[in-house]
Amino acid sequence: MNSAASFLTDDHFLALFEPQGIVVAGASTHPGKFGFVALHNILASGYEGELFPLNRDGGEVLGRKAFTDIEDVPGGAADLVFVCTPASTNVALLRAAAAKGIKAAFIASAGYGEAGPEGQLAQAELVEVAAELGMLVVGPNGQGVVSTPAKMCAQIVAPYPPRGRIAVVSQSGNFVSSFQNYAIASGIGISRAVSCGNAAQVGVVDFLEFFANDPQTDVALAYVEGVGDGRSFYQRLRAVCERMPVVLVKGGVTPGGARAAASHTGSLATDDRVFDGMCRQAGAIRAETIEEAYEAAATFATQPLPQGPRVVIVSTAGGWGVVTADAIGRTNLELLPLPEDLRAELDRMLPPRWSRNNPIDLAGGETKDTIPEVLATAARHPQVDAVIFLGMGIQGNVAKMEREGPFYPDYGLDRIVAYHERQERRYTSTAAELADGLGKPILTATELAVTSPDNAAVRGVAESGKYCYPSSNRAVIALEHLWYYARWRARRGL
Amino acid sequence: MTERGGDGSNRSRSYTLSEFESKKLLARHGVPMPQDRLAGDLEEAVAAAAEIGGSVALKLCGARIAHKTERGLVRLGLEGADAVRVAAAELLAAATDDDGEVSLIVAPMVRGHRELIAGLNRDPHFGMTIMVGLGGIFAEALGDVSIRLVPIDRVDAEDMIDELANQAILGPFRGEPPVDRAALVDILLGLSRAGAEEPRLVSADINPLIVTEGVPVAVDALVELEGTP
Repeated sequence: MNSAASFLTDDHFLALFEPQGIVVAGASTHPGKFGFVALHNILASGYEGELFPLNRDGGEVLGRKAFTDIEDVPGGAADLVFVCTPASTNVALLRAAAAKGIKAAFIASAGYGEAGPEGQLAQAELVEVAAELGMLVVGPNGQGVVSTPAKMCAQIVAPYPPRGRIAVVSQSGNFVSSFQNYAIASGIGISRAVSCGNAAQVGVVDFLEFFANDPQTDVALAYVEGVGDGRSFYQRLRAVCERMPVVLVKGGVTPGGARAAASHTGSLATDDRVFDGMCRQAGAIRAETIEEAYEAAATFATQPLPQGPRVVIVSTAGGWGVVTADAIGRTNLELLPLPEDLRAELDRMLPPRWSRNNPIDLAGGETKDTIPEVLATAARHPQVDAVIFLGMGIQGNVAKMEREGPFYPDYGLDRIVAYHERQERRYTSTAAELADGLGKPILTATELAVTSPDNAAVRGVAESGKYCYPSSNRAVIALEHLWYYARWRARRGL
Repeated sequence: MTERGGDGSNRSRSYTLSEFESKKLLARHGVPMPQDRLAGDLEEAVAAAAEIGGSVALKLCGARIAHKTERGLVRLGLEGADAVRVAAAELLAAATDDDGEVSLIVAPMVRGHRELIAGLNRDPHFGMTIMVGLGGIFAEALGDVSIRLVPIDRVDAEDMIDELANQAILGPFRGEPPVDRAALVDILLGLSRAGAEEPRLVSADINPLIVTEGVPVAVDALVELEGTP
């Protein structure tokens, strides 16, 4: 596992992620079969390269003429073969594919290392033949590969995520789906996604190295259970982290989880304190859960790195600010005591009942332009490294109730609803513009992200290209990951 | 002598060095060590104590001696030649045949309220690792340690210390100044060098590191090497 075949280059990975043409081996006419689903998904995602369904009975699959023999595929027309055929036939298939100029294979077929001693022999043979042919072989027993720049969803499962800057690699295929599901829900998209399956030839760290070179990717997101040669994993991971943030979730950290991992991927239990120290030393961001990992990656993909730990909270409700201050108190972030000049500036903008400290609680004293102005004033202050903005969603919520109520659009409701929704979008677009313009993270949080995704504020955040955190606590954790990585870089002169 | 290699596939022999030899090995790699002296008999012990001056500790030392404290093989806070002579006689008399060749360590008495630990351990997946943590009687229960892979650099060492959960212990404490982080970093860097440069090293423990006037001092050390003596 994770033993990079030394002959592999970025060209091999580009053949996998940006193929000019794809052969789908085992493209069945039966809609329940993996070969059918893979072809369906490649077509459904709008893949624009050439497609060569391969089916020993010929005929048509999904309206496409099926080839009975890979010999009939024109040489040089395809770079990738997606393999759903039985394990016993695959070595011959790889040889024929290589003869056609195909440089990469994704093997979805099962019956290999996971299937006892015979399967293990077949898997070893696969690796040997791939080396002989100079071919990248991903899997076997993997769920597929996704590449949004190539509009390619070569998976035996769903979904197909929106395009974005997060690259996913996983030792568990279903977590590829999980991350893609989050991408769909939040709009923060994926560049590449791949499940390693049995990781016979290439594993997580091989893909991380490609992602670090990939102009389509800004952050890598990985699920791992085992690391193979730990020393080599560390050294390669660290080299990647020097170039790109890597968010890791490790499965099998408790005795029960480790037993489950042993039967899932055959991974040997590691001392979790050692693994954790290794991540910190390498600069990798370790998340405890899948959702925390996705949120961290989405944050790296959409927010600039903070220059320091000093956070200001801007809130329109007292309690929100209080719990967020508590959340910050549990991290390495700092709640910036409000600088006197900033306090004086805000005094001129706000009625006297505002909190006059951090959290900046507007206490309901806002008029039309107050929130964008306060947000901008706070964000621009040189001592402020990051802002958490909680002042949104209330007006959108009122607007929703009024719009869906019995009186709309009469009694002036149409005008006020439109006003509220316009205001929400002003807040969220201001937050995004300030983040990008100032190079400071500005995170927005509201539970409406989950409870009412059509709220104008929630939609406004998505439209501005940012992630709407479902709670301020989660925004704080994501921001802490950013600061951790920024600090790791800064302390090493990177 | 111990058998290592829990998975059964890679069992190899290892042995431990005496406290004195353990400290000498670590000192060779730059781990700051107190000025311990080795004494073969009562009069050498008395002379060593006089050279050190002030209050001293006396410990029975031998390659096969572990668990000194549990066996009562440590005498603390000895002042004056008579006290040293009596303690030395008792310790030498307490040695058993199993202990093999023994001698006495005469060490300056180190006092402090705080104890830390530091060490090296060869991990089956990641190779040599280095650890620092809180020591003392609650050390194991608290489990407040941070770990890195060897070798580490100065920034890694500082990160390790910053990462300990109970930072208050490292600050000013019961009238003592804060822990000298630079001194602790030097200990970790020396340990890291030992871990990187001693191919036979299996583990090393500096326990305790007693913090005296803010400076962590290696009071006891145990090095385990692969192979046979």
